[in-house]
Amino acid sequence: MTYDARFRVWRGDAEGGELVDYTVEVNDGEVVLDIIHRLQATQSGDLAVRWNCKAGKCGSCSAEVNGMPRLLCMTRMSTFTEDETVTVTPMRTFPVIRDLVTDVSFNYAKARQIPAFTPPPDLAPGEYRMQQVDVERSQEFRKCIECFLCQNTCHVVRDHEDNKQAFAGPRLFIRAAELDMHPLDARTDRVDFARDGQGIGMCNITKCCTEVCPEHIRITDNAIIPLKERVVGRRYDPLVWLGTKIGRRKA
Amino acid sequence: MTTNVEHHDYDVVIIGAGGAGLRAAIAAREAGMRTAIVCKSLFGKAHTVMAEGGIAASMGNVNSNDSWQVHFRDTMRGGKFLNSWRMAELHAREAPDRVWELETYGALFDRTPDGRISQRNFGGHEYPRLAHVGDRTGLELIRTMQQKIVSLQQEDERESGDPESRLKVFAECTITELLKDASGAIAGAFGYWRESGRFIRFAAPAVVLATGGIGKSFKVTSNSWEYTGDGHALALRAGSTLVNMEFIQFHPTGMIWPPSVKGILVTESVRGDGGVLTNSEGKRFMFDYVPDVFRGQYAESEDEGDRWYTDPDNNKRPPELLPRDEVARAINSEVKAGRGTPHGGVFLDIASRRSPEEILKKLPSMHHQFKELADVDITQEPMEVGPTCHYVMGGVEVDPDTAAAARVPGLFAAGEVSGGMHGSNRLGGNSLSDLLVFGNRAGRGAAAYVQGLGERRPEADESVVAAAAEAAVSPFQQEGGENPYTLHQELQLVMNDLVGIIRKAEEIEQALARLADLRARAQHLTVEGHRQFNPGWHLALDLRNMLAVSECVARAALLRQESRGGHTRDDYPAMDPAWRGKLLVCSLDGDAVTIEEQPMAPMREDLLALFKREELAKYLTPEELAAVPPTPEAADSSDGSQR
Repeated sequence: MTYDARFRVWRGDAEGGELVDYTVEVNDGEVVLDIIHRLQATQSGDLAVRWNCKAGKCGSCSAEVNGMPRLLCMTRMSTFTEDETVTVTPMRTFPVIRDLVTDVSFNYAKARQIPAFTPPPDLAPGEYRMQQVDVERSQEFRKCIECFLCQNTCHVVRDHEDNKQAFAGPRLFIRAAELDMHPLDARTDRVDFARDGQGIGMCNITKCCTEVCPEHIRITDNAIIPLKERVVGRRYDPLVWLGTKIGRRKA
Repeated sequence: MTTNVEHHDYDVVIIGAGGAGLRAAIAAREAGMRTAIVCKSLFGKAHTVMAEGGIAASMGNVNSNDSWQVHFRDTMRGGKFLNSWRMAELHAREAPDRVWELETYGALFDRTPDGRISQRNFGGHEYPRLAHVGDRTGLELIRTMQQKIVSLQQEDERESGDPESRLKVFAECTITELLKDASGAIAGAFGYWRESGRFIRFAAPAVVLATGGIGKSFKVTSNSWEYTGDGHALALRAGSTLVNMEFIQFHPTGMIWPPSVKGILVTESVRGDGGVLTNSEGKRFMFDYVPDVFRGQYAESEDEGDRWYTDPDNNKRPPELLPRDEVARAINSEVKAGRGTPHGGVFLDIASRRSPEEILKKLPSMHHQFKELADVDITQEPMEVGPTCHYVMGGVEVDPDTAAAARVPGLFAAGEVSGGMHGSNRLGGNSLSDLLVFGNRAGRGAAAYVQGLGERRPEADESVVAAAAEAAVSPFQQEGGENPYTLHQELQLVMNDLVGIIRKAEEIEQALARLADLRARAQHLTVEGHRQFNPGWHLALDLRNMLAVSECVARAALLRQESRGGHTRDDYPAMDPAWRGKLLVCSLDGDAVTIEEQPMAPMREDLLALFKREELAKYLTPEELAAVPPTPEAADSSDGSQR
């Protein structure tokens, strides 16, 4: 089954650009990335797009399809009708480099601010013992393929460029939660960092990040809300506050 | 032209940011080297993330009978005794430490009930040996080392105020040429930023190649666009050599439908966790394909194979878990005999063998992949699978201990781009451990080399840099040339159809003629647009590498008149002990690929003693066997043939 689809693809660079119309062949079982590749091979050799694995595992081909943040390799053409125009645009939250490729260095800069995993001082390599049930909580967040679609869709930065300074975004909140929940991480101040270093308070849990996550990580429910609760517990509960002063309890 | 070239000075430049590159970078930086990592994609996107099953390391957490010796033996068997035995030994000995080390970087592997790292069964491994995280182990490995590198940068920031003072990632940057001084020693590397198209030059006395494989020269492949054989070609052009290039691993289970996903990998864990292969008649055909060298090591009935999953000490493993080359050939034969599935593969069935809950727990990303890409629910129905080009065993000829590349001082190679470790066929799970063990050794080897140079720094002549720049822009200067995408598609068909899973002399000769034609046409490529993030231009430059490496594969495949591992000759179907001791070594003479035979060093006696004489007799020539000292105690009771 083959048909000619109408595509509109954003072409341009940091200086500006426009949506360009294409008519392009679509075959059974194809995904949007296949069509972008066909455009490259047959109509527009210099059309810029990032991609690697083409199997939803590397998180490179993030873009917006008809306005929705998506991985191009996991968006099947069969989800559109044959007479529907498919519009592909770059992620809006990050500066455009060229065509569908954006500058995602914001995410790497934020990642470098999180204090790294701190190994337990009393255990040698090979001596780590953890229960499966305990590692599973952090493992959920380590499924993250760093496609940055959650960062792209988060309105705290999508619509407010000036928030980027103080706000790390959902990708980095799950990193904070992952370290906080790691059974053997030696640091006890993960929650403080989420509040003071990452601006987790600016998130108002609209769950947009969870909705667009191609790995179906429950970002809001399993990472952000628990972190926020612990921020509240640690900071504003007088009994816990007292506990942290007189004991060595990790709030 | 060279005035517009960005310049950087480093001690060690690592090309590639997959598992081997990142591990090499950590080792070089920890040895005090100023280290650059240069990679074609974003940091953390390397092809290693596609590795699913696990990391092979004889930690013995699930079965305490395991040891490095058993792992070594399995590796040599898997490679049909063509492996560099020294590499296989180092790999088996060091893999457990390299895995445990990852936990100190923050890795979270799946656990055993007593809290240790869990280990799973895999093809060719006698005991459960693969440390894993569901079926996304490669992602865990990359993310863990990516985060370790960030943590080293944080240390440097605390010390010097600059996180990139000693370790910097140059992402989306492609190296097109290695630079050497007049004596032939490495002096640096030249390339371009993909984003801007601007040129960049590194001055560095040591370069570690960690560029991965060559799969993008084949039409049906599990490899990403990055796998264009860059490191193989860079090494060749720099004067180094490639070994074992005829051996290409076709993973037995790639997706085959729909066409746009053809080749995408279906992890071997499906079989390790109970999945079986059946043909259109519903028959579990692998029982018919146990070759002589493995007879006695695999179950002979379905019942025994099924019992093995719960009682491995008293039963033999099912033949679905034979090494990959055997399974791939078997599938190929079934399809050829007319017992294939509607889309030309075979069925891989886990739905009828395990509960949906168990499948979702153990194989979540396979479930996701099939659901999203093929509309198949693997908890309810079988998958359709067929062989896909997955891995090249061949690569840069290296010194096993230091990873130093042959003939070029200052050049090192680790991971898939290096050759020898896996012999004629790699076992699943041995790739991730290879990356860690030899990535570490390459980083340390490069550091020791640089320290040994003292104050001396090889320098490249400016004319060398100018020539590299000129070669890189040449596709823009041609009018009316060919479209690089068209040429690439033709190359993929040639390699797939004529130098693919089953080969014969006439077809390989045809392939060589076609490759010569493609090579001539590739001199006249035209790309549109400008240098800023231009994939057409990038492909035009990568094509040169793919063509050179493809020619090595084809020439070596024509010369080796036997079938072994990832090299199957229809016209020479048997494994020939006379060929076992020979390596085919590729080098460049001007533009032409030349190949020489090189005898392999005989295996050390204590390693030989790990095998029974009867087993060695299957691989060695009578003369070689006669030279093996008699060892009455040979091969302890953990030999697979005992069960």
